Amino acid sequence: MNYFTLDGLEVPFEEGDTLMSAARREGHYVPHLCWHPRLGQSGACRVCTVKVNGRLAAACTTRASADQMVENRTTELDAKRRLLLQMLFVEGNHFCPGCEKSGDCLLQATAYEMGMTGPRFEEFYPDRPLDASHPDTWIDFDRCILCKLCVRASTEIDHKNVFAIGGHGIDTHLVVDSPSGKLVDSRFSADDFAAGVCPVGAILPKRRGFVIPIHERRFDRAPVAEESWLENDASTRESTDDTGGHDEGA
Amino acid sequence: MMTTIRMQPTDSGSDSERQIVELVVKRYDSRKDALVQILREVQAETHWLSRKVLHLVAAAVGLTPARVEGVASFYHFFHLQPVGRYHFLWSDNVIDRMLGSRMLARELCRLLHIVPGKPRQAAPASLDFTSCTGLGDQGPAVLLNQHQVLTRLDELRVVEIAELVHARVPIEEWPGEWQRVDDQLRRPDVLLASPAAQGEALRATLARGAEATLDEIVISRLRGRGGAGFSTATKWRACLHSPCPAHGGRVVVCNADEGEPGTFKDRVLLTRQADAVFEGMTVAARVIGATEGLVYLRGEYRYMLETLQSVLEQRRRDQLLGRQILGVDGFNFDLDIHVGAGAYVCGEESALIESLEGKRGTPRIRPPFPVERGYLDRPTVVNNVETFCAVTRIAQRGGAWWSAIGTAQSSGTKIHSVSGDCARPGIYEYPFGVSIAQILEDCGANSGAHHAQAVQVGGPSGLCLATDEFERCIGFEDVPTAGAFMVFDETRDMFETARGFAHFFAHESCGFCTPCRVGTELVVRRMDKLAKGHGSIFDETELRELESLLHGTTHCGLGATATNPLRDTLARFRPAYEQRLKSPTFTPGFDLDAELAAARRVTGRDDADAHLVWQE
Repeated sequence: MNYFTLDGLEVPFEEGDTLMSAARREGHYVPHLCWHPRLGQSGACRVCTVKVNGRLAAACTTRASADQMVENRTTELDAKRRLLLQMLFVEGNHFCPGCEKSGDCLLQATAYEMGMTGPRFEEFYPDRPLDASHPDTWIDFDRCILCKLCVRASTEIDHKNVFAIGGHGIDTHLVVDSPSGKLVDSRFSADDFAAGVCPVGAILPKRRGFVIPIHERRFDRAPVAEESWLENDASTRESTDDTGGHDEGA
Repeated sequence: MMTTIRMQPTDSGSDSERQIVELVVKRYDSRKDALVQILREVQAETHWLSRKVLHLVAAAVGLTPARVEGVASFYHFFHLQPVGRYHFLWSDNVIDRMLGSRMLARELCRLLHIVPGKPRQAAPASLDFTSCTGLGDQGPAVLLNQHQVLTRLDELRVVEIAELVHARVPIEEWPGEWQRVDDQLRRPDVLLASPAAQGEALRATLARGAEATLDEIVISRLRGRGGAGFSTATKWRACLHSPCPAHGGRVVVCNADEGEPGTFKDRVLLTRQADAVFEGMTVAARVIGATEGLVYLRGEYRYMLETLQSVLEQRRRDQLLGRQILGVDGFNFDLDIHVGAGAYVCGEESALIESLEGKRGTPRIRPPFPVERGYLDRPTVVNNVETFCAVTRIAQRGGAWWSAIGTAQSSGTKIHSVSGDCARPGIYEYPFGVSIAQILEDCGANSGAHHAQAVQVGGPSGLCLATDEFERCIGFEDVPTAGAFMVFDETRDMFETARGFAHFFAHESCGFCTPCRVGTELVVRRMDKLAKGHGSIFDETELRELESLLHGTTHCGLGATATNPLRDTLARFRPAYEQRLKSPTFTPGFDLDAELAAARRVTGRDDADAHLVWQE
């Protein structure tokens, strides 16, 4: 068995593992937003930035190898992650107190974990109309962090290509594949894997907002760094769909 | 084929749009990977890409409409809103601005009653700004309908343009002189002084053998001319040793996506040495065993396409390209030209490959590297235009000859695109090791009216050097460069230069990763805040923090170098910032008064009491 070290601890890995997939399988927490064990790599959010032998790299796209000394939860790296999170918070419109996802939100939980106490940068307040057209699911684009999890899920697992990314730069945005551009006219269904994969409150089921009360939610039970990964993930294996950075939906 | 798409009711124009789409898609055998080319050619007919047109294209090539919209909205040259029949894209590099481009754009807008970036319904013309179009030595320059170029604009020319637009004179009938592009070759050396390549390098390669030719490239110590300086021989060998998938063999790609602001040497190489570029690609093909090649020509150079294609045709007739090159059995290699659609990030080799495959130009995760899995997952060598030119001469004259030119770590010559405050802008080829001061002297940057205070070497992603560094030398061991050399005299405000480059990077960010997408925008907002006189000492701290974050956390090199101009000018031209950072009082970046604009509009007020007064 090969090992790399993560904050001084030995982590075994298999051929083809990324630092993230190996660390997660062993129950170690590497902060992330756009990574999912069942989906291909992305590398978009950069919150999993670690230091590999002194050089910054994204844990979710860096292949594990035996000579790596990986720094993860250092003050310096968490400060960088905090800045990245603060960027995401001002780029969209994230009002946690009024959001049904509060307590279940990976963005919010990760921000708490990184010690973020305020927005720091000026809010961009983008104007992004929401899409409530679908009978079972609504999309609040205000909260989209462009992690592409829904894009990848709909492509790799649902094989429906409901979502795509459009625009460039600060105008980058999620696109729904339908003649009208609305979710109701797409092939989307609330049973899709893509319907439940959003780490924030952008893609949400209707009429279930407060079925689980605040204080009994996922990150109310345990902070993101301490929750049991094996419980939350059906599988800790990376997707076998090896589309790398050039997946269909990209 | 259309049954899978629910279409909106068709209007009268749809039949012709359908015909255009069918014709273009057929030309490309309905290939998904030709999507960027298909959209380009459809738009050339339809002027803009309506939702309906995008859906027609999607159905015809078998992609989802969202995917096609995602690709179309990625590239600057695709219009998802109507534009005028005369669409002016004003080159907005700092060099064009120094030549008065912004003032001329304002004047043309005034004459045509248009607003930049806001096409007006039924107006014959529209105008927007675009990144450097590669004509800085003969600017101010304009791209017209993403096809023709206009050089050396001045006030008189702008008046004449407005008259032609008002009279609806077709662009083909505009004076040819307006579209003249000069090579401005000031100092040719071994690459630019050589006669056109007519197969000499190919004959030498065949005589020597593929393996021995690669050895010559090793001996030459040639490094890539695109900026990163990776060993060409190492790249080729890695590609040669990568297994090919069942669906296709190795591929040779020429990166002619010369997007770095202030760089135009590839334009001149493709004008004067196109044969050497194509011959270098053919040598590479022989060495790695490729039968297919692609040239990624930046969209701004669309005007060169027909000429380049005629060079290819001639080479096919001369048995220098195609099947059985020079009569040798099994030596088959041909190449196509792919035209870009306006995206700086596509100069990054994996983004370039994505674009060649008809996708958004988002850089790939590496590894796998393009030499392992590149174009359509086939092992691919991507080299710069200038690198292929050098390959041709090395194949012809030997690696030792090339290695003897230049310095210990940087062999051969390097071509510089000189522009800005100097008497003789244009193309200069020097052996590596030449000092900045020498180039400045040769281009007349310290004579008469000019006294250089700074040089931006290698473009905004390169280095900004001040007078005390002019003895430094060009080379990978000291001042590396991809070919831009922009000169600024002492009258120029280096803060404004850095601010212009900050806008450039935000404009060109692909939007994939958080630090580049949001970080470049935050830098722009702070630089603009300083420019408006609202800067404070706190802004410098924040700019430095953003600069530090972008170096290292971004997905690709664009983000990693996006704050280089900020870093360099902060270090070297502090007085330009100090004036703007002197206030010890924090002033917010958020402009409350501006946010009240909607309320003023609703209430129909614009009097003094409807505004908040800025408290100094």
